[in-house]
Amino acid sequence: MAVKPLTGNYAAAWAARRARVKVVAAFPITPQTTIVEKLAQFIERGELDAKIIRVESEHSALAAVYGAAAGGARAFTATGSHGLMYMHEMLWWVAGSRVPLVMAVAMRTLGPPWNIWTDHSDAMDQRDTGWLIMFAEHNQEVFDELIKMFKVTEDEKVYLPGIVNLDAFILSHTTEPVDIPDQEVIDSFLPPRKQPYVMKAGNGLTMGNIPKDLRENMEMREDIFRAQERAKRVIEEVDEEWYRLTGRRYGGLIECYRCEDADHYIAGVGAWVGDMREAVDRLRSENGLRVGLLKIRYFRPFPREEISKWLSNAKSLIVFDRSVSPGSAGPLFLDVVTHTTLAGLRLPIKNVLAGLTGLDVTYEDIENVVLKSVGEVEESGTFRNFIEWHYGGEA
Amino acid sequence: MLNKGLTEIRFHGRGGQGAVTAANILVVAAYKAGLWGTAFPHFGAERRGAPVTAFARISKRRVRVRSMIRHPDVIVVLDPALPKLVNVFEGLRDDGRVVINSPKRPDFRGPWMTCYVDASKIALDYGLVMAGWPLVNTAILGALAKAIDFPMKHVTEGIQEYIGGVSGRKNAAAAEKGFSEVVCVE
Repeated sequence: MAVKPLTGNYAAAWAARRARVKVVAAFPITPQTTIVEKLAQFIERGELDAKIIRVESEHSALAAVYGAAAGGARAFTATGSHGLMYMHEMLWWVAGSRVPLVMAVAMRTLGPPWNIWTDHSDAMDQRDTGWLIMFAEHNQEVFDELIKMFKVTEDEKVYLPGIVNLDAFILSHTTEPVDIPDQEVIDSFLPPRKQPYVMKAGNGLTMGNIPKDLRENMEMREDIFRAQERAKRVIEEVDEEWYRLTGRRYGGLIECYRCEDADHYIAGVGAWVGDMREAVDRLRSENGLRVGLLKIRYFRPFPREEISKWLSNAKSLIVFDRSVSPGSAGPLFLDVVTHTTLAGLRLPIKNVLAGLTGLDVTYEDIENVVLKSVGEVEESGTFRNFIEWHYGGEA
Repeated sequence: MLNKGLTEIRFHGRGGQGAVTAANILVVAAYKAGLWGTAFPHFGAERRGAPVTAFARISKRRVRVRSMIRHPDVIVVLDPALPKLVNVFEGLRDDGRVVINSPKRPDFRGPWMTCYVDASKIALDYGLVMAGWPLVNTAILGALAKAIDFPMKHVTEGIQEYIGGVSGRKNAAAAEKGFSEVVCVE
């Protein structure tokens, strides 16, 4: 075991190295580029026995690793922002073909205007592709979850590809200590690759022809839906196994921070969950407000049972989204409202849209939003408005 | 200064002077000293010679806060001419520190403590020059350690680990020189 000062991007590259990926393909885009630069350096120095396929676009990058993975290789790619948009079509092909594959996404605002800062719109746009979708809070979690993602995606109960998202710059280019377990430790954790079928020369197999039977085609869709459900247990078991090996666990699909006695809750995904923790501590110590924080780690599969369990006695919930579906609301909010309603919960839930396009959000901003909104609930039993754009400062 | 929960540091330099490297080395040194740290560049394009900023947070526990640093406890200025070009003091806390590369006591005044050291001369003395520029970042790290009571032993170790080899030893020596020569005035 060795603790190294690593950026989120280098932590991602180390995860691919420790997973002994055989094929890497990627196209440069800020803020992802240093992930594959580092992997290229590992390969050039002989520290990683893998092949880099040079491609002319992100669409081809995912196509290349899709082919490699279908052929039996553990494969890895990384992108973000417009690169992920250009790759989007291929995400459907990989998931629909049930080929295990892992990707890191350095989340970045979509243009126009051209903007390199963090925003979750690129990641949320992959919501319906069938990929497992995870959001990391810090660089250790980037490394840990990428390693675990190989195991989860290659589990026969799952056989779906997976994404680990890391926020542009505030993780991708921020250096912090990251524990990188020795190769033997990871080797003992990650079994040889498994997948539902292997495409090999001389072994005839086609994928993706026009179906003879649409019922079978629809059943394939339902099976992806069921596999996402099955992945929940697998993610939790793999998290526990990782804990036994490294002493680090994250709660599987979600973590609830200071929830044991909480009256009011906030929820979010990604790196700003760290700022939310700070806000929760200060709201408790300085304002006497019993606030809990739902850190939603997996957006797909969506942890609906866990969220509803924690909220069964909640007085209110504020969901922070760093992206929005114009004409509706924030994507995290939409899922939370749907599934808590289906679970029979009747609590006021508010959507705060903040930090889009990389606008900086401080823990004071979060405190201000909570103080104002929870004040409304304490006074009248509900929020004054349910979708609010917050630009920082006083709420 | 490190006894409070979180120490926030902003580095001001010019592109190519090694402000980001200094912030990264501080994280390595902090870990060796039993502290947690994060270091990050200003989030945007950087050009050689242009004013740049880098940031570091040091804490007794894992640093959770990810937002930009608005009210630094310490500013570190690698180029003595920068205070005339940009407001390096923006947001600096009254009980904070200014650590600056300067051959003499700077003429700016404020409520904070000012620590100055001739880091350019130290760098030149140790042959730390790249493309004609003295590499002042390690000498100033030594001065920073003195200014915030950071254990110098771990700065030296951090530099040698981060840079390595002969250059690592030279940079560590420059840091120690910066530590011993820095002058702090109220």
